[in-house]
Amino acid sequence: MLRIRRFEEEGIRQFNGGKIPGPFHSSVGQEAAIVGACLALRYDDTVTGTHRSHGHPIGKGAHLNALMAELMGKEDGICKGRGGSMHLADRSVGIISESAIVGGGIPIATGCAFGAKVRRIDQVTLCFFGDGAVNQGTFHESLNMASLWKLPVIYVCENNGFAITTSVAQSHGQPDIALRAAGYGMPGVTVDGQDVSAVYTTTAEAVTRARAGDGPTLVVANTYRFDEHDFRLVIPGEPYRSIEDVEAHKRDRDPILLYRTRLIEEGVNDQSLRAIEYEVAKAVKQAAEFALSSPMPRPETLPDYMFNSPLPGHCGPAAGQHRIDRHANC
Amino acid sequence: MQTADNKPAMTRLTYLEALVQAQIEEMERDERVVLMGEDILVFGGDTVVQRFGNNRIWNMPISEGSFTGLAIGAAINGLRPVLDLTTASFIYLASDQIINQASKLRYMTGGQIDIPIVFRCCMHSVGAKAAQHADRPYPFFMNVPGLKIISPTTAADIKGLMKSAIRDGDPVLVFEDPRLWPLKGDVPTDPDHLIPIGKADVKREGNDVTLVAIAGAIRPTMEAVNALAEESISVEVIDPRTLKPLDHETIKSSVAKTGRLVVVENGHRVCNVGAEIAAVMAEEAFDLLKRPILRVCAPDIHVPFSPALEKDFFATKERIITAVLRLL
Repeated sequence: MLRIRRFEEEGIRQFNGGKIPGPFHSSVGQEAAIVGACLALRYDDTVTGTHRSHGHPIGKGAHLNALMAELMGKEDGICKGRGGSMHLADRSVGIISESAIVGGGIPIATGCAFGAKVRRIDQVTLCFFGDGAVNQGTFHESLNMASLWKLPVIYVCENNGFAITTSVAQSHGQPDIALRAAGYGMPGVTVDGQDVSAVYTTTAEAVTRARAGDGPTLVVANTYRFDEHDFRLVIPGEPYRSIEDVEAHKRDRDPILLYRTRLIEEGVNDQSLRAIEYEVAKAVKQAAEFALSSPMPRPETLPDYMFNSPLPGHCGPAAGQHRIDRHANC
Repeated sequence: MQTADNKPAMTRLTYLEALVQAQIEEMERDERVVLMGEDILVFGGDTVVQRFGNNRIWNMPISEGSFTGLAIGAAINGLRPVLDLTTASFIYLASDQIINQASKLRYMTGGQIDIPIVFRCCMHSVGAKAAQHADRPYPFFMNVPGLKIISPTTAADIKGLMKSAIRDGDPVLVFEDPRLWPLKGDVPTDPDHLIPIGKADVKREGNDVTLVAIAGAIRPTMEAVNALAEESISVEVIDPRTLKPLDHETIKSSVAKTGRLVVVENGHRVCNVGAEIAAVMAEEAFDLLKRPILRVCAPDIHVPFSPALEKDFFATKERIITAVLRLL
């Protein structure tokens, strides 16, 4: 959780310093929902995520260097500078895609689980999406198919209460998202998304069900986004959400503070927590240095990674940019 | 697989039989190949189940937007799905997943994932189906980077190109024209008979005019060409077979000989394949042209229901002959 928090804080510094182009969607406040869910998975399990993509690979154990380099559009970025903030997929830890089309990753995750079932391999897929995606057709169609074929997939809704500025109350006919699972014949469970242990326990039960061939589960982790939807957007508080509400969540519902307090209460040595904090700070600092020193992709690499099997005529230079020998093939 | 006189062994099949055979042979060859689609277990699917079991062929609920994404996810995770989207007009429901996910994810992840998948759909554009079952949407998808698009016209070509598509490492769209399904042709029996994606074929050689015919438009084109031959007008017919990437060189070579070009297709007029070919020829082969490029295609009007209105809606033999004569 701390790795996500510090990574985002460093990212915001670099963003404000002009080193990170494009949008920046911070996961600050939602760390427990991400990490609790990812902890229930094995290394070889797969994950799909959303435009708020930084936390998912970190939660699944990704190295920070290539993630930070990707935010800066660098050659050493995890996606070679082709994805950016909304698409930090790291296949090496099982993140197959981070979709910035809301709800777009839900069928992909379902298909990934379908692939595991058809190939008869022991692997589950965890699908992150937000409360906004619940109103997309892909959510309903995918849950139907996952239930029909008892696919090994866990749907985790990071319910931060707002689709950009539109609240669940403003947009959901049934605001209790977990209830929607019943319509597709699967369990739906709501969990405190600020409590990493609770998210872990709930997700682990869903993973056990999936591995046993008993099908999918919908887990709704109620969480809160401390930052704005995107750092480029400056949205006034009300009527969307009040400054007081945001401050109250930061004060009383910070998943990292809550868990730190609990660990201390359970007798964990403060010194060892400080050691973790030091290690995390060091890793984030290294990631920023790595990213800053990484080169920008060279312009001639523009078509790279388009195809597994490239063909002549694909991604050729635009006419006018190369000399045309009109009679070359006559 | 060759006969004693060193020619490849052939069998006579319809276009549809060759298409089915290509899929069966590839399923035999590679256990990762699975068939998916609506009502697929009924229309010929029962024999596939008997042969391969029901883990290799999957009947889909009517959820085009999501079962397309499901197939893409399965491709990412080790399968090689052949997804039948049935009627081409339904592909719009699937288009977000085809365009925003299948075509883009490899690039957007810097090559971390591959999506070996084939999307099939049928352009049922005649027979009083009315406008919501009669579309030929290949031009939309030609505008999407990252997709390969095939639409061959002979039994041998569909078999060889379908096999290439299934073995390809990227998303391939197949736009079939059911008017070609019953046509018979000689098809190589070699299970490794492959036609490369991106290579056009000269279906008939000629000197006076080049006709590029797309998909089902090949039928009226050949009728027109036969009629013109009786008038001693020699027409060269090119079937691009692949719409993306288009084989510009074969068309240019032909135009270098004839200096005259007509593109015949059943796509609507605006931004169709003919428009693309005309643009490329204007940019890269302008000096080769003796006359303007003409297009024979569907108008910028929806496909009508009534047979009286539908009769001359698509490219006809008469319209093709008129276009050729205009250029002479």
